[in-house]
Amino acid sequence: MSSTTANRRGAHAAEKRPKQVHSDRVKAERRLGWYLAGPAFIVMLAVTLYPILQAFVESLFSLRLTAPDESQFIWFGNYITILTDVVWWRDLGVTLLITVITVAVELVLGFALALVMHKALKSVRGLLRTAILVPYGIITVVSAYAWFYAFDINSGYINSWFGWLPFISEDTNWFAGTWTALFVIMASEIWKTTPFISLLLLAGLAQVPGELTEAAEVDGATWWERMRRVIIPNMKAAIMVAVLFRALDAFRIFDNVFIMTNGEYGTEVLSLLAYRTSITRLEIGLGSAISVLLFICVLLIAFIAIKLFKVDLSGNTGDK
Amino acid sequence: MRASTRTEKIWWTVITVLVLLYALFPVASIFATSFKTPSDLTSGKFLPTNWTGQNYEQILVGSAQDLFLPALRNSIGITVIATFIAVVLATLCAYAIARLNFPGKKLILTTALAVSIFPVISIVTPLFNLWRNIGLYDTWIGLIIPYLSLTLPISIWTLAAFFRQIPWELEQAAQVDGATSWQAFRKAIVPLAAPGVFTTAIIAFFIAWNDFVYGISLTSTEAARPVPAALAFFTGASQFQSPTGAISAAAIIVTIPIVLLVLFFQRQIVSGLTQGAVKG
Repeated sequence: MSSTTANRRGAHAAEKRPKQVHSDRVKAERRLGWYLAGPAFIVMLAVTLYPILQAFVESLFSLRLTAPDESQFIWFGNYITILTDVVWWRDLGVTLLITVITVAVELVLGFALALVMHKALKSVRGLLRTAILVPYGIITVVSAYAWFYAFDINSGYINSWFGWLPFISEDTNWFAGTWTALFVIMASEIWKTTPFISLLLLAGLAQVPGELTEAAEVDGATWWERMRRVIIPNMKAAIMVAVLFRALDAFRIFDNVFIMTNGEYGTEVLSLLAYRTSITRLEIGLGSAISVLLFICVLLIAFIAIKLFKVDLSGNTGDK
Repeated sequence: MRASTRTEKIWWTVITVLVLLYALFPVASIFATSFKTPSDLTSGKFLPTNWTGQNYEQILVGSAQDLFLPALRNSIGITVIATFIAVVLATLCAYAIARLNFPGKKLILTTALAVSIFPVISIVTPLFNLWRNIGLYDTWIGLIIPYLSLTLPISIWTLAAFFRQIPWELEQAAQVDGATSWQAFRKAIVPLAAPGVFTTAIIAFFIAWNDFVYGISLTSTEAARPVPAALAFFTGASQFQSPTGAISAAAIIVTIPIVLLVLFFQRQIVSGLTQGAVKG
């Protein structure tokens, strides 16, 4: 990282210069900028753009690794196969259900945690943050096993702890029913990812001007009024970004489902369907088509969020 | 700040206990399971009746060590290398974004954002086929490359946020005081930038350490299979024995580095994650 004459001047000064004039210094700065940022940019494209293009090409073939020579170009045949199959729609439904419920619960829980961390007395602040970061850092598969073993009919203790509830008994098999299995899967997902959303919300809370809340308090606003009228409207952007990020992340859910049920009993999600098709059954053509469809779903969600709810992801990221 | 009253203190104690319970209970749960004997697993109790270290023995020196130890080595090696590469590339990139004026900054940040929301499973199918053709299937490199898709975007965002806050004028000030440009950079800027780079490395490490999809899809043997994927393939000591104890013990071992990092660097991790969010 050499510090040449060109970049020693702050970016602010250079920004104000008229665009047409490209002095040598400006050119040198531009070149250096791309020399430094280029490798990361190229790597990012290479590890995502290239594979998705490859997936698109392969999705047009009836390619199976078990019989690679019989591969044929079939246009959008694979997409028709998938979209006319009830499995795709069922898995899409399960995935969307998990996404909506987990994000909704996480938003409430995460907001509560963010408030706690924001307001916490100095003496416990460090302890709270440390605790919160444990689920954030833990491996999702480990979380999945922790929840699985707690609820499992053989190794679990939940059944004997909560046996007094009318719908739980010694031999309640949580993982043999769609709803009970989804409940545990979502619990693990929520536990693991709420800290992330709460940290994003904490960042939003920190941006709400303190004078505003104080002024409202002086004016006699109740806690609830301050929340609803001052704090939440002022951190709307942070909430939107947190929700969108988590929604896209939840839509990719894989680990928890794979470990707990492997998609049995109607708990299969789209990522698992793609995995089962390409990696387990080696149907690369079909699997690629599912991958492309999944990618389109993610794009759609992001697009809808940005256009409809005006989520500004690149808010203050512009050339600063 | 008002002085905290007695009731306030009690409230905070209750809240703290609740948050601790929430955050640590599942960890405690699998921790307890990892110390149970095989016959104790079905006791229906949270704590083991007799604490035993036999599960740890099994995966570290016993019959299951060939399942666990190579996976642990793979996980550490692959994660550390992927983190290192991501942080080096991201440092250069974020430095340019924070410091230089060049067209395409927004494009780079938007690309990073797009990559970070990319469904991992969509990359897996084409890579699976490609890796098998060019011999990267089941190798370290075959995992390190896709791991960059996980670690690079967040590293760029976090570091760009950090670097924007560095008072770069210090460098000029040092030069005015007679330092060479290299000295100025090293003495004035590096100490300010290092914490950001370090924090980013921790966050990138967490993300790579957590990977499961690439791990199970792009490996087939102990040559490259990382721990999360290996856990899913654990088998019991005999076919009549469930691997519950061994998996729990392995899960606790791979959680130790996370807990240590969190304990020592809680402040940095929180600021890294929240700054990336605010400035990003």
